[in-house]
Amino acid sequence: MSDATTQAPVSGGQQKISKIHETIIRIAGNSQDGIQAIGGFLARLAGRSEQDVMTFMTIPSTISGGPSIFQVRIGSGEVLSAGDEADMLLCFYQHSYEDHISSLKLGGIVLYDSDHVTPKPEWQDNYRHVGVSISSLTVEAIGGTGRDKGKNIYSLGLLAKIFDLNVEKLTMLVTERFTGKDPSVVQNALACFNAGYNHSLDNLLKTYQFYASEKLDRHQVVMNGNEALGYGLIAAGVRFGAGYPITPWSDIMELLRRELPKYGGMFIQCEDEIASISMALGGSYAGRVAVTGSSGPGISLKTEALGWAVMAEMPLVIVDVQRGGPSTGMPTSIEQSDLNIVCFGGHGDSPRVVIAPSSVEDCFHTAIEAVNVARKYSTPVIILTDQAIATRIEAFEEPNLEKLCQDISPDLAPVSDHKPYDLTANDGVTRHIAPGTRVASGKYPIVTGLEHDELGHPTGSSKLHTAMTAKRRNKLRKLALELPMPKTYGPNEGQILLVSWGSSQGPIREAVDRARSVGEAISGLHIKYINPLPNGLDEIFKGFRHIFVVELNDEGLYGYGQLAGVLRARYCDARIRGINKSDGLPWKVKEILERARTLASGK
Amino acid sequence: MSELAIPFQTLPRTGGNLTHITVPPLPDAERKGLTKKEIAADHPTWCPGCGDFSVLALYFKLIEKRKLHHEKVTTIAGIGCSSRFPYFVQAHGAHFIHGRALPFASGVSLSRPDLHVFVFGGDGDAFSIGGNHFSHTARKNIKMTYVVMDNWVYGLTKKQTSPTSPLGFKSKTDTWGAVDQPINPMKQAISAGATFVARTTHTNPNHVLQMMEAAMDHDGFSFVECLSECIEFYEGAFDASNPRKGGTFTTVPADHDVTDEIAAYKLSGEPFPGHFGIFYKATRPTKNANEAGVNRAAMSKTGGMKDWQILQKTFDRLK
Repeated sequence: MSDATTQAPVSGGQQKISKIHETIIRIAGNSQDGIQAIGGFLARLAGRSEQDVMTFMTIPSTISGGPSIFQVRIGSGEVLSAGDEADMLLCFYQHSYEDHISSLKLGGIVLYDSDHVTPKPEWQDNYRHVGVSISSLTVEAIGGTGRDKGKNIYSLGLLAKIFDLNVEKLTMLVTERFTGKDPSVVQNALACFNAGYNHSLDNLLKTYQFYASEKLDRHQVVMNGNEALGYGLIAAGVRFGAGYPITPWSDIMELLRRELPKYGGMFIQCEDEIASISMALGGSYAGRVAVTGSSGPGISLKTEALGWAVMAEMPLVIVDVQRGGPSTGMPTSIEQSDLNIVCFGGHGDSPRVVIAPSSVEDCFHTAIEAVNVARKYSTPVIILTDQAIATRIEAFEEPNLEKLCQDISPDLAPVSDHKPYDLTANDGVTRHIAPGTRVASGKYPIVTGLEHDELGHPTGSSKLHTAMTAKRRNKLRKLALELPMPKTYGPNEGQILLVSWGSSQGPIREAVDRARSVGEAISGLHIKYINPLPNGLDEIFKGFRHIFVVELNDEGLYGYGQLAGVLRARYCDARIRGINKSDGLPWKVKEILERARTLASGK
Repeated sequence: MSELAIPFQTLPRTGGNLTHITVPPLPDAERKGLTKKEIAADHPTWCPGCGDFSVLALYFKLIEKRKLHHEKVTTIAGIGCSSRFPYFVQAHGAHFIHGRALPFASGVSLSRPDLHVFVFGGDGDAFSIGGNHFSHTARKNIKMTYVVMDNWVYGLTKKQTSPTSPLGFKSKTDTWGAVDQPINPMKQAISAGATFVARTTHTNPNHVLQMMEAAMDHDGFSFVECLSECIEFYEGAFDASNPRKGGTFTTVPADHDVTDEIAAYKLSGEPFPGHFGIFYKATRPTKNANEAGVNRAAMSKTGGMKDWQILQKTFDRLK
């Protein structure tokens, strides 16, 4: 609420209204308090109000309980990150209060449940404290069952009042959410909401009002990255997939399992990670690009079969929702440390495609692109996303589904002759014919992981191994030529170029905006196509004195992260250095800028 | 934002969905069955005298006898001597990785109800590295025929102990004789929930064909253990089941009830050479049918809508 400067006309005596462009609210409690629900409602409301929104949450990896937060940033303009510091902290317990006060900006508002939180006198000067006995008022609102389930909805009412939110729309959202359950549930929810909304805060807080957003041409949809990816795969025409549950990938498989039957497709839960990539490859072999996916440990298990897909030149989409590693690591934390395994994991020379979406909206389109690349180049394609994008909620302009939805069902029309691994093919790309296709010559193809001749039959010929290895590599070189060159964010010349990939795009752009506003020559470059890289990035690097690759992974033995390693290997440019961290949290804009300035100054 | 860097490429296609594949009609749908010459591909790489030759010959015979066409048969294998099978068959085939032929074949079977899916492999593929997949493919009752050519030894890697090697078998990894209790493939299949469990041996060709044919006609996961002698590394392993070598070939007793799981289990426990024939056969819905049912229910609500309209309906709820 940094720009809460304009005083709107005061209505009704003492009530003051401030106009704001955006606000960042951090809600802290325990995982069973339904704080994700409050955040979800706020995000959906923003979407319906043509506002931009981004959320950030932490979930404990315990089965039930444990501290959890949900941060939501809502703005009338573009929102690029979940925000460094919160304007308001809504806290339910003493630990939520004490652990998260540091995330609040000086002068920010602490809205606390006075039933459970005792404010600290030493913090009273720096933060505005507003106590409401949220728990007991919730119990009162729903008729005193002695349980405070519903305090999240009560708090939503409080926030609706404080930020002058659209009550009609919120009421509708709450009703939609609980419809289908016992009617008393909707009733109780609305009772909680209204009680919170009508709680008198007049003397404690002024009301904030968002500036109106620009009218959009199309409606906004609100979802998280995993949902966007799942629906993107459906739009791409994927109708078969297989997987094994693992956090945070499971959401995608649950979605596909639930949704695909509507389209005549199916998603199979397998006995393990290896079975799931194998089954998906069977689906791809049977005629249409299939999908599998996992997170860290599961990706390790899939690499042998991934190598088969490279060798057999079988199209496949593999989703890797990264989490903290290695081993079981930090299952619910954010990390970008799987780049090496998805680009290089496996034995032998096994080139494959890796694309990393940068936002929730981008997840939807990347899914379609991945399928198209897999089909066109008959290759496995990995969608490298991460926990940050997977769970955060964004509002984005609704895609034109009629235009984007594809039909990729197989062509089983008879052919006269067929060589799956034809070395003389014009574009050098394998086109498989699915089983069921009649070949008039009577010579049928075999797909195989053994080095093979053009028909897929095994060979020990060193000449053929050299030729086939080159074939598998050259088709990805061809793809590299087709990839769009990324554009710098900000001028293409300056002191520092901040290179990002995956979920770091937003924070990097915000960092660039902030640095540019104080006259620093910092630009950003976001790389989406990780393997192969588009050609000519060195031309962009030429315009800058320093190139810092900002990654959520360790600086490694030699002082730079995984993408930086790839870029250094590719361009032999010692100016490429790393800004890395592995605290399991997304980048703060402040953090990036401080680290970049220090690194550039040579300290 | 919605500009795709890699746009959709138009390829001709069949349309339809997974459970209702539309196959273009062939001009000569009434064609004759294939001859052995038309079904045979590469000359097998097996050692002369290997039991696998017999299984391959009988697979050809099955295709001939049942007038299956090239494109209707899909032959899938993992890794091992016997898993070289697909290269020797003139039909669509896949040679997958070690131990994972069953999940791969499941992907084909579930998405292509129009195909006959046959999986061939050895005892290492089935019961060691692929043991987990064997259990789950059996319990899910995914429609396919799985023929395991059991030779009680690892042949491709030249004589190591296999999960079916009997106690005392001297191999390169157990020079003093195998010490681990071997797996009983029949018991394994029955307890995992396979709905068709049969046992045969390569030295009785008519019986092999009979078992493969019954397996192919079974609606579900059909498993055939076929003893197949490794002439190089375990010569004489199955002599006791071969009348020409002084052994006895005894078929399943006429009064054996193939639907009786306990009787089948007991039959599996007989000391070698035991019995040959169908031990167990049950009728249980296949996963293929179950998934088709899920789809029918889901599509009854979306029937007639175009794919993008179904997705649009979902997106409307996310506004």
